[in-house]
Amino acid sequence: MRGAIHFDNLTLGYDRHPAVHHLSGRIEPGSLLAIVGPNGAGKSTLLKGITGALKPLQGRVAFENVTRADIAYLPQAADLDRSFPLSVFDLVSTGNWRRSGFFGRLNRDHRARIHEAIAAVGLTGFEARAIGTLSGGQLQRALFARLIVQDARVILLDEPFTAIDAKTVADLLALVKNWHGEARTILAVLHDLDLVRAQFPETLLLAREPVAWGETAMVLAAHKRLAARAMIEAPDDDAAPCTRAA
Amino acid sequence: MRRALVGACALAVGSGPIGVFLMLRRMSLTGDAMAHAILPGAAIGYLVSGLSLGAMTVGGIAAGLTVALLSGLVARVTPLREDASMAAFYLISLALGVTIVSLRGSNVDLLHVLFGSVLALDDATLLLLAGVASLSTLVLALILRPLILDCVDPGFLRSVSRAGLPVHLIFVTLVVLNLVAGFHALGTLLSVGLMMLPAVSARFWSEDITAMMALSVLFGMLASAAGLLASYHLGLPSGPAIILAAGIICCLSVLAGRRDGLLLRLLPARHRTA
Repeated sequence: MRGAIHFDNLTLGYDRHPAVHHLSGRIEPGSLLAIVGPNGAGKSTLLKGITGALKPLQGRVAFENVTRADIAYLPQAADLDRSFPLSVFDLVSTGNWRRSGFFGRLNRDHRARIHEAIAAVGLTGFEARAIGTLSGGQLQRALFARLIVQDARVILLDEPFTAIDAKTVADLLALVKNWHGEARTILAVLHDLDLVRAQFPETLLLAREPVAWGETAMVLAAHKRLAARAMIEAPDDDAAPCTRAA
Repeated sequence: MRRALVGACALAVGSGPIGVFLMLRRMSLTGDAMAHAILPGAAIGYLVSGLSLGAMTVGGIAAGLTVALLSGLVARVTPLREDASMAAFYLISLALGVTIVSLRGSNVDLLHVLFGSVLALDDATLLLLAGVASLSTLVLALILRPLILDCVDPGFLRSVSRAGLPVHLIFVTLVVLNLVAGFHALGTLLSVGLMMLPAVSARFWSEDITAMMALSVLFGMLASAAGLLASYHLGLPSGPAIILAAGIICCLSVLAGRRDGLLLRLLPARHRTA
């Protein structure tokens, strides 16, 4: 089975200040894991650490039978230049990068796959539209279509449903469930706890320190007691170097 | 006259598409800064071997790349933004260049470097212009896909490929090459004109990036022909005349362009039902 991710005493942060502190654990292949916690708890940081965009301050992220090439990542607010003259079809087709690279042309299969992906997110008819003319929800649908085309074993979603209407959330969530059915490993940073309770079997509660990790009902019970909210958000420049082993 | 047209058209082929990307990457003024940065290199080349094509070209490329790389480096290792560090380095470079030229040369030479001499292009210079145009078209074709992706969604490019930084550096090198080629014909101050004006004009006629690049080349060539004709019949200096012609095309495009043109707004058109 492919797709396990291992955290080994992982500390991630900025300027020596930890944002994720001493996280250890293993994400089984085929997991559908929700990551919850207050703002500034290190959720996005953890995803960046997994993609390799951020180097660990301590510890490591290890992959079993997965390489970074198998990971697809949808950042929180995609740093997309929407004024660039690019069509929806072209945007979705960039998901084909691993197959077509610098020069490879899109063959008939690739094109069919791209059209299928656009249809699956309900954007048929928008292919030729410029990305600058899309609404927030439509753009998110297009980015999900790109994820479909990427066809990755591991999918990281950072607040994919923020500022998205209920119908779009339902549609996109159906795609996520579909990926789960295909035994892909999915990590999603979320704030809507009702949605997490209803749809995600496993949850990690993060508040810089990992507070709880496991079955969703159990973790959300811990969330209520939430020491998490008491977390000191501001980094302290005079804080002593951390000597904890693990 | 015919040589001047060939030279200017070669410049248009190379510079136009580069200008389109500078504009889309919001680096329009970077081209201008780079053009100034080239001066001391060309000046040192001139000091060493007079008005020699080779020495001034090599010097210009070296100076341009140095400023581009230094400002990129400073922007990455300090909190200073790239535009600020670019401004700092190109100003230093420009002052250095003017100093060197005035130490040794006459005013005529300074004028040549600043404004070029499109009517006096010799065979070697023409070959250089054509060579740069060919090279930059070829290289741009090779890096087109990652370059577009680096403009639209750099985060995504980083997640699928390490090509982002090399592609950016190659692109900056192309900018410098085209500016150095341009300064032989139009001078350091105006060489950026054939790069940006046709690109800005093209933006008002198409949404499609391929079409934009083609149009920018076309506009560049039109401006070259019109500018040279005007300079011949009206006795205007030819370099500025070419850029002025490009400027007129640009103003017309802003006014009458098919995409977002100003006149379009004045036409009464009822809104659609959906």
